[in-house]
Amino acid sequence: MTSHSISDSADMAASRSRADALASFKTGDTIFQWMTYLAAACVLLVLGGIIVSLFFGAWPAISTFGLDFLTTQRWAPNARPQAVLGGLGPIYGTLVTSVIALIIAAPVGLGIAVFLTELCPQWLRRPIGVAVELLAGIPSIIYGIWGFFVLGPWLADTIEPAIANAFEGVPILGALFDGPASNLSIFNASLVLAIMILPFVTAIARDVFSTVPPVLKEAAYGLGCTRWEVVRHVVLPFTRVGVIGGIMLALGRALGETMAVTFVIGNSFRISGSIFAPGTTISAAIASEFAESRDLHQSALILLGLLLFVLTFFVLAAARLMLMRLERKQGA
Amino acid sequence: MKISSIMCGAVIALSALAGSAARAADITGAGATFPFPIYSKWADAYKKETGNGLNYQSIGSGAGIKQIQAKTVTFGATDMPLPAEELKKNRLVQWPMVMGGIVPVVNIEGVKPGELVLDGETLANIYLGKIKKWDDAAIKKLNPALTLPSTAITVVRRSDGSGTTFNFTDYLSKASKEWADKVGADSAVEWPVGVGAKGNDGVAGNVAQTKNAIGYVEYAFAKQNKLTFADMINKAGKKVEPTVTAFQAAAANADWANAPGYYQILTNQPGDGSWPITAATFILMYGEPADKGASAEAIKFFDWAFAKGDKMAEELDYIPMPQSVVALIRKTWDSEIKNK
Amino acid sequence: MNPLYARRRRKSAIAMMLCVGATVFGLTWLVLILATLFWNGLAGFTLDVFTQMTPPPNAQDGGLLNAIVGSLILTGLGIAVGAPIGVLAGTFMAEYGRYSKLTSIIRFINDILLSAPSIIIGLFVYGAVVVPMGGFSGLAGAIALAVIALPVVVRTTEDMLLLVPIQLREAAAALGMPRSYVIKRVTWQAARTGLVTGLLLAVARISGETAPLLFTALSNQFWSVDLLKTMANLPVTINNFINNPDPNWKRLAWSGALIITMAVLALNILARSLSARSQSK
Repeated sequence: MTSHSISDSADMAASRSRADALASFKTGDTIFQWMTYLAAACVLLVLGGIIVSLFFGAWPAISTFGLDFLTTQRWAPNARPQAVLGGLGPIYGTLVTSVIALIIAAPVGLGIAVFLTELCPQWLRRPIGVAVELLAGIPSIIYGIWGFFVLGPWLADTIEPAIANAFEGVPILGALFDGPASNLSIFNASLVLAIMILPFVTAIARDVFSTVPPVLKEAAYGLGCTRWEVVRHVVLPFTRVGVIGGIMLALGRALGETMAVTFVIGNSFRISGSIFAPGTTISAAIASEFAESRDLHQSALILLGLLLFVLTFFVLAAARLMLMRLERKQGA
Repeated sequence: MKISSIMCGAVIALSALAGSAARAADITGAGATFPFPIYSKWADAYKKETGNGLNYQSIGSGAGIKQIQAKTVTFGATDMPLPAEELKKNRLVQWPMVMGGIVPVVNIEGVKPGELVLDGETLANIYLGKIKKWDDAAIKKLNPALTLPSTAITVVRRSDGSGTTFNFTDYLSKASKEWADKVGADSAVEWPVGVGAKGNDGVAGNVAQTKNAIGYVEYAFAKQNKLTFADMINKAGKKVEPTVTAFQAAAANADWANAPGYYQILTNQPGDGSWPITAATFILMYGEPADKGASAEAIKFFDWAFAKGDKMAEELDYIPMPQSVVALIRKTWDSEIKNK
Repeated sequence: MNPLYARRRRKSAIAMMLCVGATVFGLTWLVLILATLFWNGLAGFTLDVFTQMTPPPNAQDGGLLNAIVGSLILTGLGIAVGAPIGVLAGTFMAEYGRYSKLTSIIRFINDILLSAPSIIIGLFVYGAVVVPMGGFSGLAGAIALAVIALPVVVRTTEDMLLLVPIQLREAAAALGMPRSYVIKRVTWQAARTGLVTGLLLAVARISGETAPLLFTALSNQFWSVDLLKTMANLPVTINNFINNPDPNWKRLAWSGALIITMAVLALNILARSLSARSQSK
């Protein structure tokens, strides 16, 4: 009896501690799950926070200028009686620099990707791949000071006068390359941007090129196709969506790049037909004016930021959707 | 889990670091870049003498006014004085701290400091974009002996709100009617041409870096960095070199005693020896500060600077305020700033 | 060889030459930038850079100690805040919510945040932290960096956890391990190298960021580790010093640029070799 009760209570104790342990496991489990859940919600919260805070910050400017903001070039924070602020200059600069950067970086990036996947000897692939990716790792301010001290003067002293002279008098192109060669110009900014986004184009193009089933390429080679024909007629058509997605991703980068551009673009709100003239971009305008802006001026800068965010959001979203489509195709 | 424990450790270490940090009673100020060299020099000397630091952020006059209004700093600094009524409205007290000259700087191959001569109208026309090349007739007329290249002028101006810009454009408005009508005088104007650079240092850096450029900076920035400054024709029609004597000649015209809020603009002053673009730089503080301790510390610093800082100011080519004005300012502190 | 084929061969050769040319072109920039950095950075590099404070203008000496320490604090704090949230969020996406609709939404938004302009993050933190707190502070800078680090960590965590074979989880669960233990003791352990790689990449990403610090942490001429005041940091110090014609400041800015680039590149290479090792295993 006694012995029985003893073992009984021991049993009970054991089962209680087991129950306790299970219960604590369970609470621990629930807490952990909730923590991950909250953390995941944080990602959404950040996006929501960005949109809300930008929108509230931009509201005074939206309600004052309305749609005129998009079509006004004049940027006069100190005008009397009220500031006149138009975003056309920075919006134009943002688009032009990004597009020129893409025109340069896209073919070069694709070229490097073709080289890496089709031509390069195995042992060289990794070092070159890493080297190109290191370009992406260099902080953007470094590109800025390099563009300011090295690229800018070189462009202004040699390249720009040469191009300007070559096209002098030619309609349209003459105006495009007109004007005093300047260290700080839209052209310089575009070139720096091109170098910066090159690794993004290359990395994604290389990744999507490697999704092409070898059997397709082998079949083409078997038919006697040259390397270029394989790339042109097999690899590129198969990966078209992914390549475009990668280029859009790079475009998203270029649109929002700040420090590198601020150093070399010249901060001029006036739109000039020439790409050798100074200009400004949305991010450069914010970087150089925000710290000292007040009231409507600050609100207008935040509105520019909001526009930039919306623009990059759509470009990046389109890029992601395209890349996802390629993934699905690959999975299918 | 390793990663999370490392991170926890990092958080604890960092917060301990932050907590244990001695909260030194640094004076905080922000604003004009024009007096930055002298303020940081004073700050350095003051720290060596008293152990108290001054954290001065040279973020531009416009930003300085904004920061003092937001009460994020103990004092604001501006080269563009606030008019008396605005001071009253914001309950701010303003006084001049030091004076200096603004000089045009150029970067032309073969032209040495002081060789180029400009007058107000020519300078205005360059900044209006009407004079496009260095061998323009108007520049040649002022500089018959110089061989100037037939290259385009790269105009460099400020991209941020700036008291230096205010004084410079104020002078251009006085010298050129067209400038006054089209652009006017302000801390930030709608520049007809040019590339924008941030701060006096940014303009100096850009001009040093860009061939055939012209810019305007506080004299100390030009001299310390061996930039090519230009001589000017002043209001009396005489050619003057930017020197402390010429700045003093212009500053001597100021009537500080009768200017409410010490509102004085020193550009285009009469006198044969007066440098035409002379300016004073001002300090803004609250009359009834929220943090009286910090305010008192700041006044102590300024008092020290007036008493012992003159020599340092002269070394950097600033003009110290005359003793009579300093006495006036000390009276203003006693009567208007309530630190107790 | 028939002429048509010869022409095709020639065309191909030209195209391939262009690809080689593109590669040379791309690598040239890297070499040029690094050469410029070493040339200018090493020219004025002394030990003082690591032991002295940032100097006043027109001094002859001085270093970057306060900026380096400030950068370490801001980056450390940014990671300390961003990484745990990122790892947990990535864990949710790979473990609890692997098949839920929410996960694909989060993944999509996270990818967008990953490439969102960093200056926008700066604007956001200015509105959300600097204005309510009444002034620039190191803390605001650290929060901005945390927001930038977050999506990097989320992305790599999810990717790495998805690589862990499902059988490992099943085996652990069959032993009666609660789910959180399975994740913490088995999945995380299995993906350890990958997670560390993600953290390193995040550190590399934020340690060179300048734009979001411009109007959050600002800068400081002196030594300050008070998180509620403006804090010196390398990128903004470089930004302020490089444009100044003062040769001493310029020298320090180039040295700082060299330090920061080398640190970021070293982190990148470390992260890559880590992930290469774990893949080859």
